[in-house]
Amino acid sequence: MQTTVSQEAPKGSILYDPKVRGIFYQVVLVAIVAFIIYEAVTNAAENLQRAKIASGFGFLNNTAGFDINQALINFSAAGSTYGDAFIVGLLNTLLVSAFGIVFATILGFIVGIARLSKNWIVSKVAMVYVETIRNIPLLLQLLFWYHAVLAPLPQPRDSINVGNSFFLNARGLFMPKPLFAGDAWVIWVALAVGVVATILFRRWAWKQQAATGKLYPINWISLGFVVGLPVLMWILLALFGANPISFDVPVKGTFNLRGGMTVYPEFVALLLGLVTYTAAFIGEVVRAGILAVSKGQTEASSALGLTSAQNLRLVVIPQAMRVIIPPLTSQYLNITKNSSLAVAIGYPDLVQVFMGTVLNQTGQAIEVVVITMAVYLTISLVTSFVMNIYNRRVAIVER
Amino acid sequence: MSSSVETPVFIQTKSHEALPPPNLARGPIAWMRENLFPSIPNTILTLVVFYLLYVAIPPLVKFLFIDAVWTGTDRDACRAETAGHPVGACWAFVWDKINYFIYGSYPITERWRVDVWFVLLAIGVVWLLWLKAPRRDVGAVYFFIVFPVLSFILLLGSDWVGLDHVPTGLWGGILVTLIVATVGIVFSLPFGILLALGRRSRLPIIRMASVIFIEFVRGVPLITVLIMANTMLPLFLPGDITIDRLARPLVGVALFASAYMAEVVRGGLQAMPKGQYEGAMSLGLKYWQMMVFIILPQALRIVIPGIVNTFIGLFKDTSLVAIVGIFDLVKTIEASRIDPSWSAPTIGYTGYAFAAFFYFIFCWGMSRYSLGVERRLAAGQNR
Amino acid sequence: MKKAIVSIAFGLTASLIASGASAQATLNGVKQKGFVQCGSNPGLAGFGVPDAQGNWTGFDVDFCRAMAAAIFDDPTKVRFIPLTAKDRFTALQSGEVDVLARNSTVTMSRDTQLGLEFPAINYFDGQGFMVRKSLGVSSAKELNGASVCTQQGTTTELNLADYFRANNMKYEVVAFATADETFKAYDAGRCDAFTTDASGLYAERLKASNVEDHIVLPEIISKEPLAIATRQGDAQWSDIVRWTHNAMLNAEELGITKANVDQMKGSENPEVKRLLGTEGKYGEAVGLPNDWAYRIVKHVGNYGEVFEKNIGEGSRLKIKRGQNALWTKGGLQYGIPVR
Repeated sequence: MQTTVSQEAPKGSILYDPKVRGIFYQVVLVAIVAFIIYEAVTNAAENLQRAKIASGFGFLNNTAGFDINQALINFSAAGSTYGDAFIVGLLNTLLVSAFGIVFATILGFIVGIARLSKNWIVSKVAMVYVETIRNIPLLLQLLFWYHAVLAPLPQPRDSINVGNSFFLNARGLFMPKPLFAGDAWVIWVALAVGVVATILFRRWAWKQQAATGKLYPINWISLGFVVGLPVLMWILLALFGANPISFDVPVKGTFNLRGGMTVYPEFVALLLGLVTYTAAFIGEVVRAGILAVSKGQTEASSALGLTSAQNLRLVVIPQAMRVIIPPLTSQYLNITKNSSLAVAIGYPDLVQVFMGTVLNQTGQAIEVVVITMAVYLTISLVTSFVMNIYNRRVAIVER
Repeated sequence: MSSSVETPVFIQTKSHEALPPPNLARGPIAWMRENLFPSIPNTILTLVVFYLLYVAIPPLVKFLFIDAVWTGTDRDACRAETAGHPVGACWAFVWDKINYFIYGSYPITERWRVDVWFVLLAIGVVWLLWLKAPRRDVGAVYFFIVFPVLSFILLLGSDWVGLDHVPTGLWGGILVTLIVATVGIVFSLPFGILLALGRRSRLPIIRMASVIFIEFVRGVPLITVLIMANTMLPLFLPGDITIDRLARPLVGVALFASAYMAEVVRGGLQAMPKGQYEGAMSLGLKYWQMMVFIILPQALRIVIPGIVNTFIGLFKDTSLVAIVGIFDLVKTIEASRIDPSWSAPTIGYTGYAFAAFFYFIFCWGMSRYSLGVERRLAAGQNR
Repeated sequence: MKKAIVSIAFGLTASLIASGASAQATLNGVKQKGFVQCGSNPGLAGFGVPDAQGNWTGFDVDFCRAMAAAIFDDPTKVRFIPLTAKDRFTALQSGEVDVLARNSTVTMSRDTQLGLEFPAINYFDGQGFMVRKSLGVSSAKELNGASVCTQQGTTTELNLADYFRANNMKYEVVAFATADETFKAYDAGRCDAFTTDASGLYAERLKASNVEDHIVLPEIISKEPLAIATRQGDAQWSDIVRWTHNAMLNAEELGITKANVDQMKGSENPEVKRLLGTEGKYGEAVGLPNDWAYRIVKHVGNYGEVFEKNIGEGSRLKIKRGQNALWTKGGLQYGIPVR
């Protein structure tokens, strides 16, 4: 009789078994998610059918029928498809993000270092800058920049003219556009050779310095390779009568300038807004990174006779980078994501062109939203991945 | 042995007044030498900065204050031709539209309800943020449960209490900005905590679901989430059901903020020493008991600055709802600046300046608060 | 206690999620609610625009008011829901609004593929261009090489591309998400020309820093019949829209105005008698009282009056009647006889 009791006692109710509970919770979660997805899909199918909205990705091959001013590939209302419009938007997003990242990094480092400057006025100005910019929505700043950029610019007839080849007016900055003739490949090859030579030279100089302590003017020689070689080839070709690069110079038309390359005001305003906004955040990241480097490092480096600029460049920043990189990555992603605010000032980025115009013209909301989100997600994941690799490389230096 | 010889000894019994330091080592000049002109490059830098300030500040002051128009009833006051002097900011315009900027088109006779709501909101915020406030647990219940319900009844109206129904289409301005921010805060904290716990859960499916949700939302721009909520949500619901226009972006903002909040909370959970978990478990506490009574109170406390920073970001991001056509503060300004009776060149800038000022006050206040808390927490650590 | 709170919360949430009226019974639904839910333009001067107190005025707005007058004898029983170009048709399809009076162009695909009906064209429009006077341009054909500001995702954007292509001209398009942004950019000098429906050009022009600096070019490059839209499948409701419009046209043709409508009630003219409901039972046939047209004219006015007040010479827009004059005066507005 008693054996039965002792058998039952240690065995609690199945309800209190953590494993069973775990499985139960997960099953419930899966069931809820599955139910939501099922409901959403069936409702969407029914609604689409009722509203007679087409579905599927076939619309990407339909003729677009509208124009886009800033297109990095050939785009025309008659000949291009919605798919082309997608690519135009994507490239524009990437373009403004890339420029934004470069300039925001530069300005951000300046601001971060300035905030730690012993110069009172410099550090205070940097602080006021950071506090002001960080506490005002980017959207407002973009609206401000767009109108602040546009307002002082003259109408095309009164363009600011520099050497009859650069023109600035309310339609943008017009520049000569380089046209590459058939034999321009020589220059490209020269550029490639220059880049490879630079990399090799840098490695060699590095080893030399480690071995002998001799310093080479690395930057000047690199510049010579990368810029000098192609220019030299260009001059040589020109001497032999070939004309590998010619320029399409903008000329005045009835309304506007024709030909050349154009930097549109929307692009400039968006870039200015993104750069000034993100630089404030990067500045704080840099400041935190520099503060994280122990003071002994600076003292040791000045004991070695390094100037304060050298100290910053060779001792402090490389170590600070370890702290800086992860938050810097998320700021880079923020630039890319924030570039979607272009929609407020008419810059044809992915969201404006694809989620705006194409969505409206086709009515295929689901496909368009899914594609757009997938693009941003991919950019995010790829950037995080690349930055993680870089981060690991920087981190290896540690002890 | 007695050798008390009377020798004249000159001992100063009173100390001299300390001599002032040399002129170059004190006072404003020394300060300037030390802080503005310590070296030649620094001097150049200082001069450059002074020049930049000279270029930027006077026109700004001139625009915002000196040339500004403070009173007036229509566009004539703010147009240089009719006003007869250069016109800077047109504050008369903001003053004329201020009720619109605050309440949107909320019926005038019912606006007291919005005022009451502002007060209720302020009570909740102060109760939660003031670390010495009494019964902050009651405050949390008030802010996360009682206040949302009250807001609903108060703002939307309800027959049982005899308040007229005010459709959300009439709401606007600062009211909507604060509603969006509040909804984001009220939803994102509990959901963010759940997601953070989910992400650290031992159960693989729950962990995976949390990770996917968090990474997905953090990987896309808010504006795409808002557009999705606006255009796709109606498609996902049964045909005869429509969601209120204001509610759609609210759903988007709540989801978005939750994902960011989850990462902040996760940081706090990770910072908890393992001993806290082990100690709690050794006391025989169950998972939820451990979390609610031991881990979360400590973890949340150390991430208060992070939480406040997320709120600042959220508060600024509320301005994006304007892009999907919700009449928040930015949108009411955009709508007012095209009012023909006020069309004048500086109207737009004035409106933006007003909005910038509004956002700045709130965000800056929050960031000061978070700095204060950070310092207090650090003081505890340094004991 | 907790349960009570939860149930209250759910109840309140439910109040934000409204169930749309089922097919056949829009009129019953409207009568039950006590007001007409009208989808309108978020802000187009003269056509539909709210003031700071949320009072709506405009040509399209008055159409909804006329419907409310016909149904409730009270033109204030309307609720306006501002809809963007993007949301307008979904809002109507899903039952969020009962009727869409939002300067919407009727096209074959919209009529046949969206589950909508367009019972009344209340304004015949076409796409035009506005330019600065200082450019010295007098025809759209001279716009070769110009920058043009337009709203994205509209038929306007497509017409623009077609027009320039057809005339073998080059242009730069600058597209914005909303009409306001588009015009602001044009006004700030970003573009040489601004294009939208001609009515919109006049409306937007008012927002310019200097109204006199801009002119509307004579070319109309498209047909844009702006119509009132309803859901398909509710013939009675569509009839109410159609006859509200026709009542206003007929009233104008017969010289019945807001001022003299009471006097006209005593008229012996059989057409007037049928329209104002003193003879026959024409209103009942569409579920309205017989004096529906009387109510419309009494509270809102006839077509001409509404036109004059909101967008005509008596308003700030100063649009000429043109195609929207009565057929008797060389226009296209033709009131279908009540008999």
